[in-house]
Amino acid sequence: MEAGQATAPRTTAGRRIPGWVAGLVPLLVLGAAIAAFVGLGAPGLERNGIPLEEVAVEQTVLRPGEIELTVRNDGPDPVQIRQAIVNDAFVNFRQTSDEIGRLGASTVTIDYPWIEGQAYEVALVTATGGTATTAVDVAAESPDAGVGFFGLMALLGIYVGVIPVAIGMLWLPWLRQVDPRVMQFLLALTLGLLAFLGIDALLEGTDFAGQGSQAFGGAALVFFGAAVAYLALVGVDARLRGRQAREQGEGAGPWRLAFLVALGIGLHNLGEGLAIGSSYAIGSLALGATLVIGFALHNTTEGLAIVAPVAKGETAGGAQRLRRLIGLGLLAGFPAVLGAWVGASAFNTSLAAFMFGLGAGAIVQVIVQIAPSVRDSAGKLMHPLAVGGILTGLMLMYATGLLIPA
Amino acid sequence: MKFGDKKISRRRLLGTAAGATAAIPLLHESFPHQGVHDQLARAAGEEHGGGGVSSRSHKGAGHRGTVGRVDPRVNGFDPQEILRDYDRGKVVREGGRTVREFELVAEDREIEVAPGVKFAAWTYNGRVPGPTLRATEGERVRVRFVNGSNHPHTIHFHGIHKDLSDGIPGVGVGNIEPGGSTVYEFEAFPFGLHLYHCHSTPLAEHIAKGLYGAFIIDPKKGRPDADELVMVMNGFDTNFDLANEIYAVNTVAFAYHDSPIQVKRGQLVRMYVVNILEFDLLNSFHLHANFFDYYPTGTKLDPRDFTDTVVMGQGERGILELRFPFTGKYMFHAHVSEFADLGWMGFFEVSD
Repeated sequence: MEAGQATAPRTTAGRRIPGWVAGLVPLLVLGAAIAAFVGLGAPGLERNGIPLEEVAVEQTVLRPGEIELTVRNDGPDPVQIRQAIVNDAFVNFRQTSDEIGRLGASTVTIDYPWIEGQAYEVALVTATGGTATTAVDVAAESPDAGVGFFGLMALLGIYVGVIPVAIGMLWLPWLRQVDPRVMQFLLALTLGLLAFLGIDALLEGTDFAGQGSQAFGGAALVFFGAAVAYLALVGVDARLRGRQAREQGEGAGPWRLAFLVALGIGLHNLGEGLAIGSSYAIGSLALGATLVIGFALHNTTEGLAIVAPVAKGETAGGAQRLRRLIGLGLLAGFPAVLGAWVGASAFNTSLAAFMFGLGAGAIVQVIVQIAPSVRDSAGKLMHPLAVGGILTGLMLMYATGLLIPA
Repeated sequence: MKFGDKKISRRRLLGTAAGATAAIPLLHESFPHQGVHDQLARAAGEEHGGGGVSSRSHKGAGHRGTVGRVDPRVNGFDPQEILRDYDRGKVVREGGRTVREFELVAEDREIEVAPGVKFAAWTYNGRVPGPTLRATEGERVRVRFVNGSNHPHTIHFHGIHKDLSDGIPGVGVGNIEPGGSTVYEFEAFPFGLHLYHCHSTPLAEHIAKGLYGAFIIDPKKGRPDADELVMVMNGFDTNFDLANEIYAVNTVAFAYHDSPIQVKRGQLVRMYVVNILEFDLLNSFHLHANFFDYYPTGTKLDPRDFTDTVVMGQGERGILELRFPFTGKYMFHAHVSEFADLGWMGFFEVSD
């Protein structure tokens, strides 16, 4: 408070003081006030009671004879892990940090002869006697993050992301010949597909957000991620519109729209890849033909969504058009590979929540972009054909989603 | 055997049964059960050539138990000393009879129950278990109780006495409020192994936080000379989930596992074992590679059983007598194996 009184006269009196200095003054006063407050030991405020320790287990890795946990301190005070219990038995362990500060993480490595297929409960005992517990539902060795593993994740990503999207895009020649009414229906169907994916991303994101550390925002991260993606796409869209207007005049809209759809689906597939990679890493994913086929059918419809906008009034010629289509396919599908890599090697529930949020936000923006194309001649959005298309899209996604055993 | 760790194997090797046959003549005179003597002699012969347990250094199958050590100086009491520490009180003569005067002070105190793991205990005289009080049958026992804790407490003694000295809320002096004090007085009767504990409500909490101890009443004629050990089987609910996270004998998890109890081969060992565990209905005591005479509650001079495992409910106790015929390291633990893995496990190290 004293600092505020001392600086206030100068700023009002001196016109010679540059603007940016005046802008800094409140920050300096704030800094001084915080320093004084902390220096005096928070005068007037007394802590009530004993703070609750909050330790979240973020990641569990199983290696032969070892269980490795990444733990994060969500609570306000430093936490010291002092003992480890696996299935009601004290066990030997080591940790990377003796004391975990607020939001800090530590890796706890436990010696334990775990047996494949069995369930384990791990409890970390803190210095105050509190316990942080986590469960290993079905023990299986975690994959080593080697070249072969990244290759496998890339293959998985290509199977569930790139290839199905590319196949879906093969509908383009057919789309160019269909009746405008059918086209409108298909665009509405795309809206349905996207709506399903958006809801799915939101739910998966909040699910992940509820599992691990809450210190970074929990479910708020999903919505924060959604806002980031939505606004980023609005920005990208505005830039593209501006550039197209300069270069080619009006009429290049379809490709811009297709690009945005591909980007939105790509962000969604990033989250999907992350979920696949992380479940594979912790052994809870049954890798197999069913999974790949399920995802492939599910994601083929995404290819349709990308090419639908360019089917009518498309201007680019042969080679350029092919390049653009391949680019769009990769933009939509390849993030699944990236997601699988991240998910399998550096999985973190907060990160996953944020990434699913990105996917959801991107999809909402794409829906907003496509919606005008569905309007009928009278400018009405929710005409019977559109409603039918949206519902068909939702049902298609729901039905193909049932094929995914996860 | 789960213990394939190099560290443990080395310790086992150090304490192998070298020269075990030398024990036999001694046993011949003193082992309580003649019937088993010949078998023991044969077993000693077999044991003689045997080494320790072979080292199995398979990764992950290794060390179990807590990590680190509890410093007795920080705790203010040492499980090794509690074993043989008896409070016989101050003896005064009043009108021709012996009176033993004890003083117990309730005190809130943070103790370390496993390496690095603190527990906000309620103690008698700053230790858990409280002092082992010892008197002889027929003597007058006078216990001055001072409540230095922040909570009301009592001391309830097991034994035969009038209600006013029973140390429960609502009868006699009832709860002793913080800062208050009282005197409990009664005759030491019957002889045997008993216990004392706080009886304020909620009862489970007042016991589980550490307000208990062993109370030995010796028979008038005494018992044969022996190396006498007090073992109070207890546990600690460190995270308040009404289940114990840590189990032990005399409070510190794995204390006698990491520092074995030293005993002499052939000497009579008498263990006063009290089960004061809360939250679990049963506890047990199992000794490896040996058998013992069991005197439930210690109220009879003849053993009821010759066994290697006894099961005790809450508040149950008994006296165990045995001799170790061989040198070496012999494990003892709760045969409720979960408790053993969570701290209730130890060793006797037998030497000549």
